[in-house]
Amino acid sequence: MDIFLVTLLNGLVYGMLLFMLASGLTLIFSMMGVLNFAHASIYMLGAYFAFEISRYAGFWPALILAPILCGLIGAAIEVWGLRRVHHNGHIAELLFTFGLVFIIGRAVQMAWGMLPMPYRVPTGLDFPLFRIYGADFPAYRAFMLLISAGMLLSIWVLLKRTRIGLIIQAALTHPSMVSALGHNVPRVFTIVFAGGCLLAGLAGVIGGNYQTTEPGMADAMGPIVFVVVVFGGLGSLAGCFIASILMGLVSTFAVVIDASFMDLLRPIGLAFTRDDLLGEILTVPVARIGALVPYALMILMLLVRPRGLMGTRDT
Amino acid sequence: MIDGMTGAAALGAASARPRRGVIGAFWIGAVLVAVLLPWLFFDWSHGRHSGFVVSMLSQMGMMVIFALSYNMLMGQAGLLSLCHAAMFGFGGYCMIHFLSAAGDGSLPVPMEVLPLLAGLCGLGFAVVFGYMATRQRATAFAMITLGIGQLVTVAALMFHHFFGGESGVSSDRTNASSLFGISYAHGIAVYYLIVAWTVIATLAMFALTATPLGRMANACRDNHERVQFMGYDPRAVRFLQFALSGFFAGVAGGLYAVTYEIVTFDALAAPLSANALLMAYIGGTTVFAGPILGAVLITLLQSGVSLMSNSWLVYVGVLFIVMVTFAPGGLAGLILAHVPIRRAGRLGRLVVPYVRVGLPLLAMLAGFVGVVELASFMTIGEAQGKHLVLFGNTINASSVVPWLVSVVLLVAGGAWFWRAAKGFRATWDGITADLRDLT
Repeated sequence: MDIFLVTLLNGLVYGMLLFMLASGLTLIFSMMGVLNFAHASIYMLGAYFAFEISRYAGFWPALILAPILCGLIGAAIEVWGLRRVHHNGHIAELLFTFGLVFIIGRAVQMAWGMLPMPYRVPTGLDFPLFRIYGADFPAYRAFMLLISAGMLLSIWVLLKRTRIGLIIQAALTHPSMVSALGHNVPRVFTIVFAGGCLLAGLAGVIGGNYQTTEPGMADAMGPIVFVVVVFGGLGSLAGCFIASILMGLVSTFAVVIDASFMDLLRPIGLAFTRDDLLGEILTVPVARIGALVPYALMILMLLVRPRGLMGTRDT
Repeated sequence: MIDGMTGAAALGAASARPRRGVIGAFWIGAVLVAVLLPWLFFDWSHGRHSGFVVSMLSQMGMMVIFALSYNMLMGQAGLLSLCHAAMFGFGGYCMIHFLSAAGDGSLPVPMEVLPLLAGLCGLGFAVVFGYMATRQRATAFAMITLGIGQLVTVAALMFHHFFGGESGVSSDRTNASSLFGISYAHGIAVYYLIVAWTVIATLAMFALTATPLGRMANACRDNHERVQFMGYDPRAVRFLQFALSGFFAGVAGGLYAVTYEIVTFDALAAPLSANALLMAYIGGTTVFAGPILGAVLITLLQSGVSLMSNSWLVYVGVLFIVMVTFAPGGLAGLILAHVPIRRAGRLGRLVVPYVRVGLPLLAMLAGFVGVVELASFMTIGEAQGKHLVLFGNTINASSVVPWLVSVVLLVAGGAWFWRAAKGFRATWDGITADLRDLT
């Protein structure tokens, strides 16, 4: 029970972090049809920017400035890059962001080196908030939850309750009609792309000191965010939210389960010890294959429901 | 220059095919070069081959198969796969186990045939995962293959019996017998095995493009709804194309295993999948031979530039982005854009404009390389204890002068290039307009 509660909370924190990244990706995708491969790279940039700013000005300015910087970079990518390749189709746009992954990844290594950065939790938040069953729950994780919940709320208000949100939603499904009504659709695209990158940057600021700020962090985060977006259904924010929380919980819980498939078979009288591939698959504890679970879940989902959990379209 | 060029490439795509004789000469020449090249670097005084050159050429051979098989998806079927290395690596792992089995006598198959078995393993793998991935197309397909690639990489680190975990699996290639009594102890023998298989695989893939399946794959790429209207099942076409490309990736992986005698999870991880994409796209996906150019160029960059520079990935990334933005036809597309001009005898008129564009381009490139290298030497190079050496002089990366020179070269060269490119574009458009009037 004690482990259960702590893991649940940790899973929530991780899930909300995933959602911050995945929501931007989903917004950009459903609006522009562009799968932004560089999204996790922007997340990494957010963490590095936050580290650099917090060295001079402290954590709180970094929390504001680093996401804005990432948003500006996103706007620049959209205006000077994606718009140019737009006429070559979605695959060209996707490939463009794919190339950015290499450049950003390497640029980060050139600017900050290969070693992890000492980007720490701010001292004001570096205390255990409460103890459950002998385990401390750091205040910083609660702060992360707070930030991501606030972001969730503000996205929702922005999209559902404001005029710009209305235009964004309309441009999502009927871009030519919105354009005919006199709205500047390319600028809406830029705003959405920059907004998505801003969210990724924010995730980087609060995720960089929760995990480690190092050049491999984009590659570690990227695939799992894509899994979340596919699992939740391309283009659905609600599905994306559910998938993020689920994936966060699943990957956190998988690490603490010490059972294997064999334990499922034992009650029905099947037990065997073999030293080959099948034996290994059956006896490996879930904790060791935990990293596999999200991908396996995604493939399962696609077999049962190809458009994902709450997706509205096939491609 | 650049937009005009891509426009011309798109316009002239149908009429730009060189004559049959030229194409035939290209293929024969390519095979001849592949066969003779190792002897150019033969060390006559010691009577042995240059190990570096032979291993680089071997790498090129398998990458040619790999990139061509990738283009069966990317160029011919319009499918952006991000797990192509999974088939390559799986073929490689199977090959290692075949070699071990050959060692204990349980698999009496000669070496020359073993890559075929590795290919069949790749095919089986592609059938299983292709069944899931090809349910979707376009962007969703790309994301599913990304997930599959990650799944396989993670699994390879977890299941030690087949994949050997972090350290991988290794075997001895001399275990296998040979049809022709050749001993595969030396790299050069393996190289010729690779050349033979590369020729076979290339011919087979080229033949496939002319089959009904190859044609339907093109049709699905261009308009999958219309294919459905005609009564075809685009999903079946995607599936078959995916499976067959998995076969050739498996062959390439098998040759990889024979060459290095060890396969680790690097052989199926994401960077290699990305490499397949880079090779095919930079070479040119619209032309069958494009990926060959890409494979040769990227392998050269990888083995050549990576010896000198830490940041070869930046160059490849920038090259890729420039290609995506300005030349979606890749190198092959750029070359083919010149075919109609050459045929009309106007190629001479491009020489002076090319020199005018080339000089500022070189200056800009030099400045860019300078900035990248200086920046990387301040952090990574310093940590590795390396020194930046140019023409025999050690350069202090944190002093002002080299930075200033590089930045000035980059900015001034860039501005000059911008102006020159406009002039070039005007010339190019003029020539293509003339050609259009002629026809």
